[in-house]
Order: sequence, then structure tokens, then C-alpha cells
Amino acid sequence: MTAPAPLAITHLTVAYGDKTVLWDITWQATPGLTAIVGPNGAGKSTLLRAALGLIPSIAGDARFFGRKLEEVRNRVGYLPQRASVDWDFPASALDVVCMSRYPRMRWWGRVPKAERDAALGALEQVGLADLADRQIGRLSGGQQQRVFLARALAQDADLYLMDEPFAAVDAATEQAIIAVLRRVVAAGRSVIAVHHDLATVPAYFDHVLLLNGRAVAAGHVKAAFTPDAIARAYGGRLNVLEQAVAEGGLR
Amino acid sequence: MTVVDFLRLDLPALLAAILACGLCGLLGSFLVLRRDSLLGDALSHAVLPGIIAGFAITGARAGLPMLLGALAAALLAVFLISLVRRVARLESGAATGAVFTSFFALGLMLIEATGARSVDLDLDCVLFGQLESLVWLEAQGFASLFDPAALASLPRQIFLLAAVSIVVAGLVALLWRPLHLLCFDPDYAAAIGLPARGLELALNLMVAAAAVAAFEAVGSILVVAMLVCPAAAIRLLTDSYRAQVLGGAALGAALGALGYALAGPVPAALGQEFALNAAGVIGTLGGLMVAGAMGLRELRAAFRKPEIISG
Repeated sequence: MTAPAPLAITHLTVAYGDKTVLWDITWQATPGLTAIVGPNGAGKSTLLRAALGLIPSIAGDARFFGRKLEEVRNRVGYLPQRASVDWDFPASALDVVCMSRYPRMRWWGRVPKAERDAALGALEQVGLADLADRQIGRLSGGQQQRVFLARALAQDADLYLMDEPFAAVDAATEQAIIAVLRRVVAAGRSVIAVHHDLATVPAYFDHVLLLNGRAVAAGHVKAAFTPDAIARAYGGRLNVLEQAVAEGGLR
Repeated sequence: MTVVDFLRLDLPALLAAILACGLCGLLGSFLVLRRDSLLGDALSHAVLPGIIAGFAITGARAGLPMLLGALAAALLAVFLISLVRRVARLESGAATGAVFTSFFALGLMLIEATGARSVDLDLDCVLFGQLESLVWLEAQGFASLFDPAALASLPRQIFLLAAVSIVVAGLVALLWRPLHLLCFDPDYAAAIGLPARGLELALNLMVAAAAVAAFEAVGSILVVAMLVCPAAAIRLLTDSYRAQVLGGAALGAALGALGYALAGPVPAALGQEFALNAAGVIGTLGGLMVAGAMGLRELRAAFRKPEIISG
């Protein structure tokens, strides 16, 4: 008997007002490292947010490990877009990482030492242990992104949904982040990440979902990430560079 | 001025000012952190029709019916704001502004229509409160402070304020961490299974309750000022959540005390004939304080060593 997929989406349809963003998406994630790729407005973030129940869907259903989200919430980690919060907020890097463990604590009093240590461990994994006490607004963009990564890791989940973990980070940070994600996957967990850079998809990810309002193609990168599928996902909107990647850059 | 004079004339008003301003200062931090300070403005105005309805139904200026009416009005306003935002797809400031001004205007009409006006629930009271009219005529001296019978005759606004303050302070302590996360990243709070909608509702109800309890004493203008000014001033000076929330409450309370003293007792002690509107003085001080905090922040930044940010 095979284990149920970390994430299985069936007939998911989502609209903002009268504008439908996702049409009848049916997709099963494979364990491992998966990229969700598509042009701007393709509904990539929307897919993650609807699966997590953060926005209402018109129809359809998302199952995690074969169960409803409420039953397995502690097995599902989330990394939202960095731009979605106010980084001037009064909190240290450690405070933010500790937030992921709030469901395991009483709501008042001091953060228990075990939870604090778990959060520090997550900061260590992303190389930010030295900056644990720094206010988050005084971190660089790449460091902020890694704080969010540490917060997701500290959830100690089996599946991580990540909304653009590589957004606006420099090359060194990108390498550091992908190294962390590979370690996570090597430990038997799964990562589904919204990704923007077509050129790095084959190098970074095992599986891909090409999205453009509808699921255009999905599967192992070698099988699904073809020039034809990419062209279909991006329509006429592929720029010169992306065109080159789609046609020749796939080795 | 004798001790008895102080107890009779100044203590109740001073207490009311400290409680009202401290309470609003405490909750203000959450509004400022959520970047939703206008909501405090909205709720403190939107409660008016509920207060008047509570008054009209019971025919008396009793605390509880007016509080319940106000909470119902606040709930309705919050619901309408989110509805207008969604259906009309207006930006949140426009939706908030449209709803709360309508509610406030409806309240003003209700004041006329229900005859509340004749029982001094008039526009002046709504806007400026009636801090100076809070008196404790039963006070005979310090001994009265320990005499239950005398204490029971303190103005009822003080009891309402004290009760709401205790409940709100208790709830804030109990919800300390979830509120922190709710203010920072509400989506994440929902994603990890915290009851984000419920917390939001609890916060809005606390603001509405504070607005009602405070409004009779200090008026709606001062409620708005105290929901924003202390929290905004502290926001400019600290990077700590604890210092932000507790500091907002302390600064609010201090402003209430100082503003009240400067309005009446201090000029009187100096032999001056004039007295100022206490709510006006407190509100003005609030604005000055934000300006002061801005200056302090600039000054601090000028002297701070530049921090190296890399990676």
C-alpha cells in the first residue's frame, strides 16, 4: 500500500470577486522537492493559500497526507511571502521563530525553554543564531527571508508550503536556502515552493507543477518541464531570456 | 484646597481620566501594530447608536444596557466594514470611514428622536465627556476611602471603567502571545491553527467596550486620541512588544493624570481663576507627546553608531 500524497488537490476553483484565478485544479504532489511555476497572476500563491484555507474556494478540496488540514495541522508548515508583513514590527528574529511553536505552548507567561531551544536550533540551521536577538527590521532582506525559513522549519512539519522562498535574495543566500531545503527533503520531508526563476527549476527541484490558472503540466522535472509545456503555461508572455531557457537551457 | 475638597471634586475625575486613558493606551498598541488605528476611531464612534438605543430601551443611563447596545453596534459596524470592503471592493480606509460616520450620524439623530437629549446625553457630552461633573459628595475625609458605603457612592462611570479595565487587562494577559502573532502575521496565525478570526473579534470587542466605558467620562474625541497617541509615541521609541503594550498603557494613564491636573487643579493651586476643559488638555498633550517622541527618535538616530547590515 502506498502512503497518501503529502498534498492532493481535487477540482479546486478559486475566484476573487468575479475574477476566477484558479480553474478546476486537480493535482497530487509527489514526496520530495516540488516547484510551482507559472507567469504572474497564474494563481501560484493562491493555490497555496486556498489549500491552507486562508482564502475561500468556490469548489474543490485539499487533502494533506490523505486527511483534512485540521486533523494534521502540525504536519504542515507554511512560509508566506516576505513582503506580506511589516518588518518594523517590534519582535526579534527569535521572537518570530518562536511564533511557529505557539500552538504547542500556553498562551501566556514566558516561552518554555524547550520551545525556545527548538527555535534557536532552527535559526542555527539557517545560519542566523548570532542574530537571534536582533530586531527583524534591522536584518537584511536575505536574513529576513531566512528568519521566515527558520520559522517554517521550527514547525517541525512533514510538508512545507513555501511562497517564494527565494524572492529578492542574493546568490549566496539562495544557495544557503536550497541547501537547507535539500537537507529537509533528505530527512524524508516534502517541500512545495512557488518559484520564479525558470532557469534554476531543473537544478533545484525534483518535481514541478506548471500553472496558468489551470494545471498545465505536472510531474518529474525531466518529464513535465518541457519547452512545449513551459510555452503553454506562459503563452505569449515568455520574455527573451525565458524563451532561451525553455528552448535550450534544459540540458 | 482641603483633603475633603480633593476627594469630593478631583479624585473621581482623576480616577476616571487615569482609567480611561490607561485602558485606551493599552488597546491602542494592538491597533497601531496592526496598522489599523482608524478602526479605533471607527469603533469609538460607531458605538453611539447602540449606546442611545440601550438608553432608550431601558429609559435610564445604566451602564450595562448601554454597554451591551454599544457592543452590538460595534459588531454590526465591524461586519459592515468587511462587507463593504468585499462587495464594493473599496480600500479599507474608505469602507471604514463610510460605515463609522454613518453610524455616528445615526446616533446623533437617535439622541434627538429618543429624547435622550433631555437627560443630558447631548452632543457636548458625547464629544467632550463630562469629566468635571464626576463628583463624590459622600467623601468626608481619608477614612471614606476605606468605607464601603461611601465608596459605593462613587460615580457609576468609575465602576464601569474599572470593571472593563480589569476584564481587558486580564484578556490581554491571557491572549498575550496569540495577539502578538495576530498583529504581526494574521495569515500565518490562521495557517498554524490559531483562531485568528476569533482573536480579531475579541480585540475589536475589547476596543468597543473600552470606547463605551471611556466615552461617558472623557468623550469620544479623547477616546480616539488615547487609542492612537500613547501607542504611536511608544511605537517610535521601542522595538519590544512588552514595552510597547505596557508602555502604551502607562503613558496613557500618565497623560490622563497630568492632563487633568493641568486643566484645573494646578491653575487653581497657583491662584488662577481659569480652568480648562480636561479632555481638551489631555488630548493636546497626547499630540504633543507624539511630536516629542518623533524628536527623540531623530535625536537618538543621530547619535547611534551605524549598524552594519550584511548578507
